[in-house]
Amino acid sequence: MASTSQTARAGGGRLAVLTAWIDDRFPMTKLWKEQVAEYYAPKNMNFWYFFGSLALFVLVIQLVTGIFLTMSYKPSAADAFGSVEYIMRDVEWGWLIRYMHSTGASAFFIVVYLHMFRALLYGSYQKPRELLWIFGMLIYFALMAEAFFGYLLPWGNMSYWGAQVIVSLFGAVPVVGDSLTEWIRGDYYISDITLNRFFALHVVAIPLVLVFLVIAHLIALHEVGSNNPDGVDIKKVKGPDGIPLDGIAFHPYYTVKDLIGVGVFLILFSLVIFYAPTMGGYFLEHANFDPANPLQTPPHIAPVWYFTPFYAILRAVPSKGLGAALMGLAVVLLVFLPWLDRGKVKSIRYRGPLFKFFLFSFAIAFVVLGWLGLQPPTPLFTNLARLFTVVYFAYFLLMPWYSSIDKTKPVPTRVTYHAH
Amino acid sequence: MTEKVDTGRRHFLTVATVATTAVGAAFVAVPFLASWKPSARAKAMGAPVEVDIGRLEPGGLVKVEWRGKAVFIVRRTPELLATLKASEGELRDPGSKESEQPEFAKNDARALKPEYLVIVGVCTHLGCAPLDKFTPGDVSVSADWQGGFFCPCHGSKFDMSGRVYRDVPAPTNLPVPPYRFVSDTRILIGAETENA
Repeated sequence: MASTSQTARAGGGRLAVLTAWIDDRFPMTKLWKEQVAEYYAPKNMNFWYFFGSLALFVLVIQLVTGIFLTMSYKPSAADAFGSVEYIMRDVEWGWLIRYMHSTGASAFFIVVYLHMFRALLYGSYQKPRELLWIFGMLIYFALMAEAFFGYLLPWGNMSYWGAQVIVSLFGAVPVVGDSLTEWIRGDYYISDITLNRFFALHVVAIPLVLVFLVIAHLIALHEVGSNNPDGVDIKKVKGPDGIPLDGIAFHPYYTVKDLIGVGVFLILFSLVIFYAPTMGGYFLEHANFDPANPLQTPPHIAPVWYFTPFYAILRAVPSKGLGAALMGLAVVLLVFLPWLDRGKVKSIRYRGPLFKFFLFSFAIAFVVLGWLGLQPPTPLFTNLARLFTVVYFAYFLLMPWYSSIDKTKPVPTRVTYHAH
Repeated sequence: MTEKVDTGRRHFLTVATVATTAVGAAFVAVPFLASWKPSARAKAMGAPVEVDIGRLEPGGLVKVEWRGKAVFIVRRTPELLATLKASEGELRDPGSKESEQPEFAKNDARALKPEYLVIVGVCTHLGCAPLDKFTPGDVSVSADWQGGFFCPCHGSKFDMSGRVYRDVPAPTNLPVPPYRFVSDTRILIGAETENA
């Protein structure tokens, strides 16, 4: 510390003096070096590695647009729907800020699902990244809670009945179910009281938790180092300077790369905001353009697309209690992946045919269930949902078996990399 | 005197302090968790509703509001009760196995006293208000109509106990709310037992 400030003083510049003054009191330069300029990430990170930084970027969009929306939104049953219309029509640029927020919600899930699939592809959840993975899963849970609470706020009829369906799921809990749903609603039906508390959770509680978890996720990442498409530990081969031979500094190499990702993302994001803000009813459901009406159920209740894979599993089971339990399990099982996977290799590149088969059938099951969750439950669709529910769970429950007997390929000591 | 550290004492004090803190934390959690329960105002607005049925004529219907929903009370005549057997074969859930009602209402009459039907007047399809079409053969429903409730929105039909017919959009029977008789002429809707 002292030596830095002395060289800076000798070097002269006013900015250097200021930097030195801060560094003596707060580890600014140290943090920058450790976390960014001298954080060495594998040089072979590909397309799939855009989605982590994009998730962070979307979080910022949601926080900023969310703060501005609260300035005009009123969290009461009498005023909520009207205040959203007020934002859309009367507040200057209100429509843009709201569409950024509503599109941002879907974008968040797209980016996070791709980010999670990357981890499945390259075994990023395996040792030593188990805690990193668990922090990530907690972020995902917080994100689902955030989306659910936020969806009630416009107080449209789909908001209302969606919340009604989800909250009534807690009624499936044995013995305390009914008092539990009453406790969550704070009333005997979804009312002004429920709306007001969901607003507090959506705007204050969950965002705080999210930001804290994201910081923990990043600290854990920088502690163990980034995985890569080869699943090779780059710290095993270091140069004489102690820097991994396959590592490159996060800044400027990956900051520049990620900025390109942000640019492409913003192009697609803008296209949705300006040309298809409701995305044909997938991002903003049509029934939500009617105000909430406790006496009038929409013709067909479906959650927003990012919950539909789990909703399809819920509906596939004839019993309400068992369906809710399976739906919960479908999400929670992801947490245990580091321990279900007995594979000796991380990356899909060196995995055997069994793992590839189960991973891709899982991915297909997830997409098909997502589509089925949006459809009315006809007998054919229900049977399809049952079939793909089995495929979905097979990925997890059979993993200890197929990942241990699978024929893997030898993993190289260095990453595969081709200069462009 | 030696400088020996009494580790047993330190351990005891640590455990005692942690335990006391945990008890304190549990007590502090109570008000916050309890603040989520229905407030006094919510309870007052959702309180059971007492209805005087002394002046309800045979075959008559009275509507009351309870927890934001319409509740129908019907005084069924022996003729109306007789239609329940006639309609049974055409019902989707005659035994009320998949419908919502208190345990005491899992019978044909779906009631404490067969004479009085107490039922939530919200169609189980999409929440419209069913109409009372108690006259058998009412042509506005159909020529072979037995008498019951008819939803004008999408044509769901229910018998004189609110049991749903087959081949209509509504999936289940009309729900029966919890209720009890305070006296021969007064019904309390929203509570099955004395202290609820």
